[in-house]
Amino acid sequence: MQSAGQAFASTCYDRHMPAATESTTLLAMETGAAGTTVALKGDWRLDNAGAIASVLADIGQRESGSAHLTVDFTGLATIDLPAAWLLVQRLDELRSRGVAVDMAAPVPEPFSFIEEITREQPAEVVSEGEVLPLIARTVAVIGRESVEQLHDARDALGYFGHVVHTGVQALGSLKRARLPAVVRQVYETGIQAVPIVSLIAFLISVIVAYLGADQLRQFGADIYTVDLVAVAVLRELGVLLTAIIVAGRSGSAFAAELGVMKLNEEVDALKSIGVNPFEVLVLPRLIGLVIAMPLLTIIADLMGLAGGAILTSLLLDIPFTQFLQRMQEILAPTTFWAGLVKAPVFAMLIAMVGTYRGMQVRDSSRELGRLTTVAVVQSIFLVILADAIFAVVFVEIDF
Amino acid sequence: MAAPEPLISVRNLVNRFGRQVVHDGLDLDVMRGEVLGIVGGSGSGKSVLVHTMLGLRRPTSGEILFEGKEISQMSEPELRAVKRRYGVTFQHGALFSALNVAANVQMPLREYLDLPNDVLDQIAMLRIRMVGLQPDAAGKLPSQLSGGMIKRAALARALALDPTLLFLDEPTAGLDPISAAAFDELVNYLRKSLKLTIVMVTHDLDTLFASCDRVAVLVDRKIIVDTLPGIVQNPHPWIREYFHGPRARAAQVTARQET
Repeated sequence: MQSAGQAFASTCYDRHMPAATESTTLLAMETGAAGTTVALKGDWRLDNAGAIASVLADIGQRESGSAHLTVDFTGLATIDLPAAWLLVQRLDELRSRGVAVDMAAPVPEPFSFIEEITREQPAEVVSEGEVLPLIARTVAVIGRESVEQLHDARDALGYFGHVVHTGVQALGSLKRARLPAVVRQVYETGIQAVPIVSLIAFLISVIVAYLGADQLRQFGADIYTVDLVAVAVLRELGVLLTAIIVAGRSGSAFAAELGVMKLNEEVDALKSIGVNPFEVLVLPRLIGLVIAMPLLTIIADLMGLAGGAILTSLLLDIPFTQFLQRMQEILAPTTFWAGLVKAPVFAMLIAMVGTYRGMQVRDSSRELGRLTTVAVVQSIFLVILADAIFAVVFVEIDF
Repeated sequence: MAAPEPLISVRNLVNRFGRQVVHDGLDLDVMRGEVLGIVGGSGSGKSVLVHTMLGLRRPTSGEILFEGKEISQMSEPELRAVKRRYGVTFQHGALFSALNVAANVQMPLREYLDLPNDVLDQIAMLRIRMVGLQPDAAGKLPSQLSGGMIKRAALARALALDPTLLFLDEPTAGLDPISAAAFDELVNYLRKSLKLTIVMVTHDLDTLFASCDRVAVLVDRKIIVDTLPGIVQNPHPWIREYFHGPRARAAQVTARQET
């Protein structure tokens, strides 16, 4: 009788899914007066889990009529824990639908283990919470994001205050100013950036000079190329390029360094020792960058002017001496300073944003990557915003 | 050794870091179905040995044989097949911090098997339940777990593919004694029902007495392997100190009462 049932089941499965040959050897079902017997066969192993899941899903479909189900393990070659688990899950589901399920002895070993682990903690389904309609969800997202932005702004302001407070305290003593750390920061953020800052300032001013020369030559106003390059480099380009490079180099480094220290609980360790992390981690970076940025800006200015001078002498036959003479004639004494005063401000913005985002890292490495990106993007944005404000203010006060 | 074929063997292993020699001609056989505990002082090269056996580190010289086959000679697919049969937990869990516990457990399953998502979820839940975690742990990120839960989640991931050989690096370190005892029980069950072979680096003497069939002690850049009663009687000074020091007695008393 059993073999007849198996034959029936195999042919059925063959017809329904010809590709899955494994499934035909996994189980056979037979419906009698007392209910349905499900005879498991063959290898029930993790490697067949896909096939097992699909035949298990079929049990429910075929047994909608029958209220009693018996599982028979006698024909089984092997059953491992994952396979047994999938079976148990399916049977539980059927039970919850009102089907009476029995396992005919002998029950293989994995089932007793499953019983053990499920007895200890009854499986409870955690409700997901009700799903809101689309409009409500959109409003909720916008609201939540806005509140988060406000919190972020408040936290950033608090952070700024905290750093300034620590800075004022540290001014009192030289030891607390952590000079070696500051010097290291000047080296890493300043001196090591000299080659790349020089190169980029040189190239950009060559580009500006080239474009300017090309346009101005049409009016015979070649000499104004010197004005263009000198004013652009000294007032804007030198300091802005430096700030953008530094934001990419050091802003990201600050965020990543502090972020890793947060993840390793090094920041907590410092606090537990009684050391103020702002004093040893944030202030040296801030002070170091405030020292390094103006110096880098001066180098960028010099390289930019050099680039302009070389291009004008090659392209417009304006010799160096004439370039210098023209510069002296047209430059107001404040032009150089109008660029340079911005450097420490940009440095503060970059250092603040970098360290702030680094300190925000918690929990995971993904967070570290995200906040490092945020640090760079925001510091570049703030630098450009600040530059725009400077431009307006300088025009107003005629600086 | 008279026992049948070993599952994994280390032959004449030498590991050197610059001038420092960690292993010098070390031999070790891990038999099928046994639980082998590896102990040794700090810096004696326990982790290096395990990493070498896992193929994570190329030894300075010597061979690692898995079922009689040298792993450094294996082709890429062969090595993959061997790695599929390894389960590993690392000392600090090494859970992927961007993934929740269920996704961590599913990671090896996804890598080796082509399964629909609901099956993956169910199997992940099995692993989570069998290591004694609450079902709601499945959706948590590693950063939201306690130290003990991280160990268990790491074990769940190691068991995902029903490994033949399980490496446990300091599995009970950081667990409270009750959880540690439950963990020992779990290890014993797994080994019996899944026919697992387990290599564990542990300093927990209770675990050593509760779970291990044999103990391998790393001393003097070599290894001394013996059964538990045998190793306790070993005259080597470090081993004597280890098993007869103040922290060892309580564990032995408990073990004797149980037998």
